[in-house]
Amino acid sequence: MSSMKKPPSGEPLLELRGVAKAFGQVIALRDSTLALYPGSIHALVGENGAGKSTLVKIIAGLYRRDSGDFRYDGETVDFSTTAESKAAGIAVIYQEPTLFPDLSVTENIFMGRQPRGRFGRIDRGAMRAEVESLFARLGVAMDPDRTADGLSIADQQMIEIAKAISLDARVLIMDEPTAALSGVEVDRLFQVARALRDEGRALVFISHRFDEVFALCDTITVMRDGSYVSTRAISETDPDSVVAEMVGREITDLFPKLETEVGEPLLVVEGLTSPGVFSDISFTVHAGEIVGLAGLVGAGRSEVARAVFGVDAYRSGTVTVAGTRVPGSKPTAAMRAGLALVPEDRRKQGLVLDSSVGRNTTSVILDSLAKLGIVTTGAENRAARPWSEKLEVKANALSTIAGTLSGGNQQKVVLAKWLATDPRVLIIDEPTRGIDVGTKSEVHRLLSTLASQGMGVLMISSELPEVLGMADRVVVMHEGRITATIDRDDATQENVMRAATHSSSTESEHAA
Amino acid sequence: MSATTLNAPSVGFGAIVGRLTRAREASILLAVLLVVAAATIKNPNFLFSTDGYRDLWLTPSLLLLVAVGQAVVLITRNVDLSVGSILGLSAYLTGRLFIDMPGLPAIAVVVIAIVFGGLLGLINGALVAFAKVPALVITLGTMYAFRGINVLWTGSDRINASDMPRGFLALGTAQVLTIPVLTIIAVIVLIAVAWWMKNTRGGRECYAIGSDPDAAHLYGLPVTRRVLTAFVLSGALSGFAGVLYAARYGTINSQAGAGWEFDAIGAAVIGGVAIFGGVGSVWGAAIGAALLMTINRALPVLGVPDFWQRAVVGVLIIGAIVLDRVLSLRQHRKLIEERETQR
Repeated sequence: MSSMKKPPSGEPLLELRGVAKAFGQVIALRDSTLALYPGSIHALVGENGAGKSTLVKIIAGLYRRDSGDFRYDGETVDFSTTAESKAAGIAVIYQEPTLFPDLSVTENIFMGRQPRGRFGRIDRGAMRAEVESLFARLGVAMDPDRTADGLSIADQQMIEIAKAISLDARVLIMDEPTAALSGVEVDRLFQVARALRDEGRALVFISHRFDEVFALCDTITVMRDGSYVSTRAISETDPDSVVAEMVGREITDLFPKLETEVGEPLLVVEGLTSPGVFSDISFTVHAGEIVGLAGLVGAGRSEVARAVFGVDAYRSGTVTVAGTRVPGSKPTAAMRAGLALVPEDRRKQGLVLDSSVGRNTTSVILDSLAKLGIVTTGAENRAARPWSEKLEVKANALSTIAGTLSGGNQQKVVLAKWLATDPRVLIIDEPTRGIDVGTKSEVHRLLSTLASQGMGVLMISSELPEVLGMADRVVVMHEGRITATIDRDDATQENVMRAATHSSSTESEHAA
Repeated sequence: MSATTLNAPSVGFGAIVGRLTRAREASILLAVLLVVAAATIKNPNFLFSTDGYRDLWLTPSLLLLVAVGQAVVLITRNVDLSVGSILGLSAYLTGRLFIDMPGLPAIAVVVIAIVFGGLLGLINGALVAFAKVPALVITLGTMYAFRGINVLWTGSDRINASDMPRGFLALGTAQVLTIPVLTIIAVIVLIAVAWWMKNTRGGRECYAIGSDPDAAHLYGLPVTRRVLTAFVLSGALSGFAGVLYAARYGTINSQAGAGWEFDAIGAAVIGGVAIFGGVGSVWGAAIGAALLMTINRALPVLGVPDFWQRAVVGVLIIGAIVLDRVLSLRQHRKLIEERETQR
């Protein structure tokens, strides 16, 4: 490894100062600052929801900032489309590569700016020659005429990088490029990144893997809750202080945690494995207990929840609810055994937005409501009322259309729907995402109450304070594996975050 | 660099894909020839009579124009259900222009009808591109709306051959070197559109938009402009087909072109244009049109009852779609396996 890490100097090539962006009520960026210098690889780190992706999208011209300065090459700029930022020499490689599956590799690289000859005819010869020289330079052995369909993520990223180089991009932003790569592929990517740096380009590397960040980058900017925290030379900091800056916020008394008696084991998961998604997942949720499942986005937490509930298939392992084996891939069996799953994306997976609150609440218990196969609205509303009242769903009536409710109230309807099945174990994925503070604490109080009544709760959350405030035990996942199980009394933001970023990650293998 | 860490590329893979795509067009063409051969054996007049030979060329020509426009729209992951209605309106407009403005030269009438069709296409395109409503819904609406306007305008009126100048009607039957002029026009249009789709940024971007609209947006491609262009082209070609319809059939009522939208989509799909965009060629759509129309004419000759003729077309379309799906799934799996073994 040739790591020449000189600190950047001179004028920044790209500079953001005090940039803010809100989507309706939700503030994605408050006050973010970033300065990129030519010949430098700049790490951008922060927890989920810290605003990294929003910042990148503002630079790329996908979003427009609400306020703040954005200077590029000495001038104030205001990109309103990706075409503009591209023309200015800014290339972004997104987490999910964005290629055209039906078109050839060559076409993917040059789409929208193919070299042209007479009558606007695309000069295929020139295109071909340039691809070959690009690939030679990147050390890529790929047939330029094959379609992009079926390429590995690593090869797709190489195409994105080839695209960026052929654009002669001066700024190259890579959003978690290594998340899906194997060790060899990561090495290749880093070699290319260093070569680009040495040519005087400015690179941004967004990653949750600190070993990679510290191996590759020369500068690091930490973000938290949409705000800028710090920028340092990599030589002047270490993973522990970066973690401390990422999480450094006060835990408020937002969490009305009730002390409960922990009873018998209700949900026992053993050795659950789904190749390439998660492996060897084992944990237990007892009656009266809230278990927090923590980890970064993409760690495989929601996938585990879906597998446990039987939505997704898994290859090996067992799920037992109150002593009864639950077969895989059968949500109905999971429900009968006493499991309930409140999914992450309630708009897509949890609610029928065009239906009434009453109908939504009773949609999973229709069988028990039906008389001779017919369900009346009256029966629906009678069954829905107690739960809606208990949860204080703020709807004018049970006939209100679910889509018109606020995020917090929609979440309550989803909860009501699953509680109506009278579950023994409740799996809840991101219970308070996109919910205002007041409703948040109501949801928290409710979860606490349910646990104190003897329900087992598995709570997936990306918000550390929520995990630490609510959970009796924290199970931390990193790239499909459990890296730590920490009791409530020992759990701190730092040790959970350290387990979630699991610094020795490159040694563990990734899906081959 | 670490070139040594990688295995050799799957040499010539692209060439294989290219050959497969061409194979699709070749096999449809073969099917056309088989149908013609079968019908000719049963009744030699199918090919070896003056009328039979002429109809062989003429019948697919108008649908070919409409199918070419439809293929471009389909490739952008849209659909144009209004083509039959545009054809009908423009055919009636052609007749009206000859009756109401007798001084107008035929070429001006042709140009007006094409521009008129293009404008109707622009309405479709603008509604799809700006209102962000799926093309299926928009063009279903305009299909009925345009047809409604046609009925309102035409009433029980009918344009007859005697209403139009003889020189114009001659266009419908004229031949050059035994090939009908209408066919020659259609093929010239086909070649021009095929060239544009294959060799220009605009054409390639149509494929890109159909292949992955979100990626097209991230690439900064002019999605709106390309979608508009596709609909205007489809409208203009339907308008053009409308004029030629008038010249060929001489009789135009308010139902001219009804049902053509489905023949056009069927032709494109049979010819290998993916209904979800990004794949296929206008050549395929054109040959698909030839197959569809030739089969329609050949089935009665072969003694297939009326009742079964539409069913055969249906089987053909479903067969084509299933074939595409199977082939693309198999290719996708093969690509992934290849990748896994390379590791």
